Amino acid sequence: MNVEIRINHALKKYGDNVIIPDLSLDIRPGEFFTLLGPSGCGKTTLLRMIAGFNTIEGGDFYFGDRRINDLDPSKRNIGMVFQNYAIFPHLTVKKNVAFGLQNRKLPKDKIEAQTEKFLNMMKIQEYKDRLPDRLSGGQQQRVALARALAIEPDVLLMDEPLSNLDAKLRVEMREVIKEIQNELGITTVYVTHDQEEAMAVSDRIAVMNAGVIQQIGTPKALYQRPANLFVSTFIGRTNVLEKKLVAKDGALAVDFGGYQLPMPNLTAEAQAGQTVQASVRPEELVIVDGGEGIRGTVEFSTFLGLNTHYLVRLETGERVEIIQESRIDDILAKGSTVRMTVKGEKINVFTQDGSRSLIA
Amino acid sequence: MWVIISLGLLGLYILFMLYPMLKLLINSVRDETTGAFTLRYFERFFDPDHGYAYTVINSFKVSISATVITLIIGVPMAYLYTMYEVRGRNFLMVMIILCSMSAPFLGAYSWVLLLGRGGAITKLIRAWFGIRLPSIYGFGGILLALSTKLFPLVFLYVNGALKNVDNSLLEASSNMGCKGVKRFFKVVIPLCMPSILAAGLMVFMRSLADFGTPRMIGEGYMTFPVIIYQQYVGEVGTNYNFAAAIAVIAVIITAVIFLLQKWSSNRFSFTMNALHPIERRKAGKIGSFFIHLFLYGMVVISYAPQLFLVYYSFHNVSRTGNIIKPGYSFMNYRTVWPDLGPAVWNTLRICGGALIIIVVLAMLISYLVVRRRNLVNNVIDTMSMIPYIIPGAVIGIAMIMGFNNGPLVLTGTAWIMVVAMCIRRMPYTIRSSVAVLQQIPITVEEASASLGASKFKTFWKITIPMMFNGVAAGAVMTWVTLITELSSSVMLYSYKTITLNLLVYVLVVGGTDARACAASTVLTLFTITTLVIYMRVAKNKELSL
Ligand SMILES: Nc1ncnc2c1ncn2[C@@H]1O[C@H](COP(=O)(O)OP(=O)(O)OP(=O)(O)O)[C@@H](O)[C@H]1O
Ligand SMILES: [Mg+2]
Repeated sequence: MNVEIRINHALKKYGDNVIIPDLSLDIRPGEFFTLLGPSGCGKTTLLRMIAGFNTIEGGDFYFGDRRINDLDPSKRNIGMVFQNYAIFPHLTVKKNVAFGLQNRKLPKDKIEAQTEKFLNMMKIQEYKDRLPDRLSGGQQQRVALARALAIEPDVLLMDEPLSNLDAKLRVEMREVIKEIQNELGITTVYVTHDQEEAMAVSDRIAVMNAGVIQQIGTPKALYQRPANLFVSTFIGRTNVLEKKLVAKDGALAVDFGGYQLPMPNLTAEAQAGQTVQASVRPEELVIVDGGEGIRGTVEFSTFLGLNTHYLVRLETGERVEIIQESRIDDILAKGSTVRMTVKGEKINVFTQDGSRSLIA
Repeated sequence: MWVIISLGLLGLYILFMLYPMLKLLINSVRDETTGAFTLRYFERFFDPDHGYAYTVINSFKVSISATVITLIIGVPMAYLYTMYEVRGRNFLMVMIILCSMSAPFLGAYSWVLLLGRGGAITKLIRAWFGIRLPSIYGFGGILLALSTKLFPLVFLYVNGALKNVDNSLLEASSNMGCKGVKRFFKVVIPLCMPSILAAGLMVFMRSLADFGTPRMIGEGYMTFPVIIYQQYVGEVGTNYNFAAAIAVIAVIITAVIFLLQKWSSNRFSFTMNALHPIERRKAGKIGSFFIHLFLYGMVVISYAPQLFLVYYSFHNVSRTGNIIKPGYSFMNYRTVWPDLGPAVWNTLRICGGALIIIVVLAMLISYLVVRRRNLVNNVIDTMSMIPYIIPGAVIGIAMIMGFNNGPLVLTGTAWIMVVAMCIRRMPYTIRSSVAVLQQIPITVEEASASLGASKFKTFWKITIPMMFNGVAAGAVMTWVTLITELSSSVMLYSYKTITLNLLVYVLVVGGTDARACAASTVLTLFTITTLVIYMRVAKNKELSL
């Protein structure tokens, strides 16, 4: 149990089509690690390379110290949970869960005990003699999970295990998954393109785009300090404004047009006069009653209870989204002019091409 | 492991299919006495003086007419059956399936018994009205027998397609003012076109390759499977090499037609899946009357002649067996009993053996083709489809040429019949197994692998059980075609390997009608039993052909 997964310079091609050019990754023992990225970016491909269902065109894969590139999937000791559950339809729930144990040629009573344990853990004891087609989606997913875990795998791999469930079950099941993973402390690689789900369950997340890892970090780091513009737009909502850096009082500031925001935390690469991409999340803009601020006109407002969303047209022409905690007095009317300040310590600034963060 | 299986299968195909076909080809261009290369046989075939080429035209006439007629009957039947409430739908469906299952030549034979020279209806009408019915023999009779036998195929295909037509498509077209007959032609027919084409091809190929029907009812009207057979048995002088040449020509013709159909069906191919199947409506009183008349009428026309065979089998007859005497008894069954026992046993062992081989090989091949694509398996895939376009009579003659001398002599044994049956039926079973396997998500097998099962164990414990239901349903249909197979086994049987179907054929040809009827009744019982089993096995009552 608790192995580390190391991937060095992985290369994946389908024919001449390079899907993953050069990917390296270190997954810590016992970690809940998530691959997150837009559709078609190669998450499933990478996961299936770890599982052994895809060929590996280059690079090395290790479980602990063991190189697994040429190891047959059946010998890797992985538990795998599939998007479509992949439950054996001709076997009862119990036989599904026992299947992997039977391949181990364990004594009968051991198999029985282990099966019972995981049926209980996943709370599917009462369905154990049913055939899977008479279970609901959530129950089927529990069977799939119990089956994968029963063999006490070194590594648990899950490819969008919740995407076939309805929204409510999805939330419920992700808690179940997280809880069990915590309890067993098993190294887990989880694939999803739902960022909220990723944030909710993961210890660390790798954000991928076009076969390349953009950033690896905790959910908090990814949200608050994205490494590049892609990550900042992919995780959460944000307003991207192309602005210039100016010198102000001997330090650098972002010039929002009539409002200069001092940025003491920029790297040495940042220079006055440089064009940058400022990524300002809707909650990082604050509407103020007076004083200095970016000026704009309210174009649209939506009251959502806890928060109120505004769409504001800036004087410089861009449109930004603002989220404010709802107030008891009236919502700002359409057409009213407002001033906004920016929470400088929270926003992120990237190079003009968006490839690097300028935050130290 | 899988490599060995692949190579083994390849070897089987080379030995049992390519080798005999190659010998057939060689024989068709080799002089029978000198052994030198010659195109004499082909010239002879096309020589207008001999009139052999006419058989091809005859075959085409029959097949095209039969295709058109079965489509004209079958498509509207399926449409009405789907669109309107029909009393006894399930019974009707079972009867139509049963019609499609009966031995092809039995239909023709029963028409002869009813409308032929000494036929029951012919006599009746002459006695009552003094009218002589027009002759049933020849083109008309072949067409009658083929159409009544084959329209159920069209019905079943199109009915399957209509199941996938979404009701909203019909509603949408009504909304846009396209209703009734116009909608049938403008919307329903195009939507079912892939199935209609497939059914058309099926009917065409079957009529083209059919040996029993023209043999029973064609008399002077020759089609090419009949002359292949005649050249072979030597009713007008044996000539293997000439038979081989005709066989080669036949294969070329069917191959061309097959390719044409492929080309045309590619242009029409699309997939549908109905969320809301068509809702059946109640027709008006008069409409409903005609719908029932049409649907049940066709079934009666198709099946009643066979029931007549059953009736006839209980008639007392003279000792020779063909003069009817008053009274009913089991005497015909008693007289055929000595032959019946061995024939039933042969049917079980030969057809049963072939069935087992077919199912096992088809599962293996479909697995290799779907899950383990590589060069060898692609070759196997292509080869396994070749028999689809080879008429049974051609396979029969190829078997003889391949295995009556040389390294492996099988003629006269049960094996040669088993081999012929396997080759003939394999393409269908492989196709249906492939379809079943493609429905199974590959992740299920991957799940098994990740749980530590070897590839072979996964195949055995997961893939096969999951395929089983689908394949079993197909196997039942295969069984029916095996026990009614005539065109190749008629050339291959010996007195030791005569099956039930062949026994009926021999008795019919030998002119002992009542006994033939008794044997055919037993055969009919076989098909009905099979159908009952099928209804049990198949989860949905759909028929996959
Ligand atoms: N068997 C294959 N042959 C060729 N290309 C493939 C194959 N499987 C995947 N691809 C390609 O590889 C790329 C990555 O696919 P992958 O399935 O890994 O995406 P994904 O990140 O899992 O997306 P999603 O979120 O939609 O599941 C895609 O561009 C896809 O078209
Ligand atoms: Mg995927």
